[in-house]
Amino acid sequence: MVGPRRQTSGSHGQEGVPVTLIIEAVILGILTGSVYALMSSGLTLIFGVMDIINIAQGILVILGAYLSYTLEKYLHIDIMLGLLVTIPTLFLLGMGIEWAFMRRIRRDRVMISILVTFAVALVIEGLLNFIFTANYVQLQAPYVDATIPVFGFYLPYIYVFAFILSVVLLTLLYFLVYRTKFGFGLRASMQDRTAAALIGIDVERVQTITFGIGVALAAAGGMVFGATSPFNAATSYDLISRLLVIIVLGGMGSLRGALFASIGMLIISDVTDVVWSPVWASTVFFALLIVLLLFRPRGLYGRLEGRKQ
Amino acid sequence: MVRSTVAISKLFSACIVIVLMLTILEACSSSSTTNNSTQAGPIVIGASIANSGDFSADGKPTEQGYQLWADTINKQGGLLGRQVRLDLVNDNSTPEGVTTAYQKLINVDHVNLVVGPFADLTAVAAAKVAARSGYALVEGSGTAVAVFQQGLDNIFSVSLSAKNYMVSFAEYILSLPAGQRPKTAAYATQDDPFLIPQLDGARALLEHGGIKTVAYLKYPAETSDYTPYAQRVIASGADLVLLGTFTPDSIAYVKAFKQQHYNPKAIIAASGPDQGSQFTGPLGGTKVAEGIFVPNGGWFAGISTYQNDQFQRDYIAKFGGTAADISSDTVQAYSVMQVLTQAVNKIHSIDNAKLKQELHSDAFDTLQGPVKFAPDGENTTAVAFLFQWQNGNLIPVYPQNHAQANPEYPKAQWPSS
Repeated sequence: MVGPRRQTSGSHGQEGVPVTLIIEAVILGILTGSVYALMSSGLTLIFGVMDIINIAQGILVILGAYLSYTLEKYLHIDIMLGLLVTIPTLFLLGMGIEWAFMRRIRRDRVMISILVTFAVALVIEGLLNFIFTANYVQLQAPYVDATIPVFGFYLPYIYVFAFILSVVLLTLLYFLVYRTKFGFGLRASMQDRTAAALIGIDVERVQTITFGIGVALAAAGGMVFGATSPFNAATSYDLISRLLVIIVLGGMGSLRGALFASIGMLIISDVTDVVWSPVWASTVFFALLIVLLLFRPRGLYGRLEGRKQ
Repeated sequence: MVRSTVAISKLFSACIVIVLMLTILEACSSSSTTNNSTQAGPIVIGASIANSGDFSADGKPTEQGYQLWADTINKQGGLLGRQVRLDLVNDNSTPEGVTTAYQKLINVDHVNLVVGPFADLTAVAAAKVAARSGYALVEGSGTAVAVFQQGLDNIFSVSLSAKNYMVSFAEYILSLPAGQRPKTAAYATQDDPFLIPQLDGARALLEHGGIKTVAYLKYPAETSDYTPYAQRVIASGADLVLLGTFTPDSIAYVKAFKQQHYNPKAIIAASGPDQGSQFTGPLGGTKVAEGIFVPNGGWFAGISTYQNDQFQRDYIAKFGGTAADISSDTVQAYSVMQVLTQAVNKIHSIDNAKLKQELHSDAFDTLQGPVKFAPDGENTTAVAFLFQWQNGNLIPVYPQNHAQANPEYPKAQWPSS
């Protein structure tokens, strides 16, 4: 493939930042942001319906990546095709976790759920370390390394596919939440669980399925994450901290917030990285987050009323 | 009422007496288990291991190094005629976890000797705890400048000092004929005390040799998305790229360079390329790794160093694979135990005060070459080698007396996807 630039012999210095670099940062910010939106939408959905902060979402993303890795390495199933197996598997696992642990939490759900899901995360991390060891792995597919020239740089196909996958899954999620009977029950449960139960909605069933959906989204996010970054079980810590920041910025429980916050966070970080310095990327983002929370304490799209139950 | 008050008072007094007796017994048992070399039973050696957290990829091979040595020494009759038992505690890769682990090892488990955890900051944390109880701490991976600036007299680093790791690379580049010598260099490193001195050491030499710095990036260690940093390096268009990386970011940079068709004349990464299939697997094979340099702290499979043949034989027998699969972490851990063995045998004691004196005064042999400690614990005799991936193998290419082939320069083109 004939490329738009690149080889060696440096013509750029530290003094100026090429415009293509900023364009590249913005495009990659949008594309990778959509993947983070996929991962964080599961987290925010679970919180919205159940008042549960699922600290295990990070390790579940990594579990999704390992499932894709297993299918690809041992059964030679393409990582995209493998989603047909990994998404249902994690959906069932999510429902199992909800049934086994989350349903038992009756009081102080937010605080206790943090402890319980952290324990779940530690167990999964231990199992992954035992099965796969702590060695780093990465998902392989022909389109992971293949690139297409765009605006003066090479765009890896995997980012484009990941973006399309995220858009499709988030659209499906939107229709599920806003255009189906189940979505009606889900939204009613989000607003007031007691009232939803009083009008005949099986709130426990809604919660179980919602938890399953939230975890199933981690399977798709995990596949893309595993294709774009080397990972082991410990990678989940950085991931969950990012996901938590995203849902705080977007507004706890808001799907739209998760989408815009993910893309915003990635663009701000990536552009600061290339224009200024990597050291300042997190600082700039968190400074903006603090300013935003001063004026909008519930985040970008958080509900005005907190849940009162 | 008065009777019950007296009864409570007596009960309270009895409790105080019991607590005092237990404290005295605890102190007696502590002093007797810590330094009594004539006591029967196994010698217990404690260490914390990063079984989880950021360094979990290094924890396992470190544990393997310690365990392999323990198995070997026990088969040979033990240390000072006593069997050796390892007491290993998970430290979760954090200095806090290490502090707690060594407090437990020393004050609760009363181990006889302690050896180091993985990484620089954690080694310092361990050495500080050990210092409070008079223990020596021999360790293999704490080699940053900061480790030796703590004013500790009980830390002994058996490996090459971090600041010297990339010296061999800089020397090789500067030895090239003027016409072939690169003109510009880009540096990108994690904000890590082990990595920054490596790059800064090489940068000083290269700049002194006339190679201009066109990018110098330092990024937070906790990041996992390296694409923007790779973009900056690529945009610099530098002839040389020096990376202060561990395994995941070294992989991410190489993949990004390949994807962006950026092929500098030479790439060196502080660590990552030395991790065998952990590095080449995610890259999609050894062809992508062709030409990439990595510094080496003094050990490779074919080198003729102290007990290297036996070490490799025992490793393969116990863990399988080939000598090429042996991690540098395993080598460092085993080297720690080699130094400890020689020092203990020399003084014929496991008294930590005598041990420190011996470690400060004598010279030792390890898999990584000779060891002689400076007063601050730095190994002053270690030499850096330069390795390069060539035709599917990671081989020594510099200095010439240890080279198996000439360095490949400039780097070959990336293979097509």
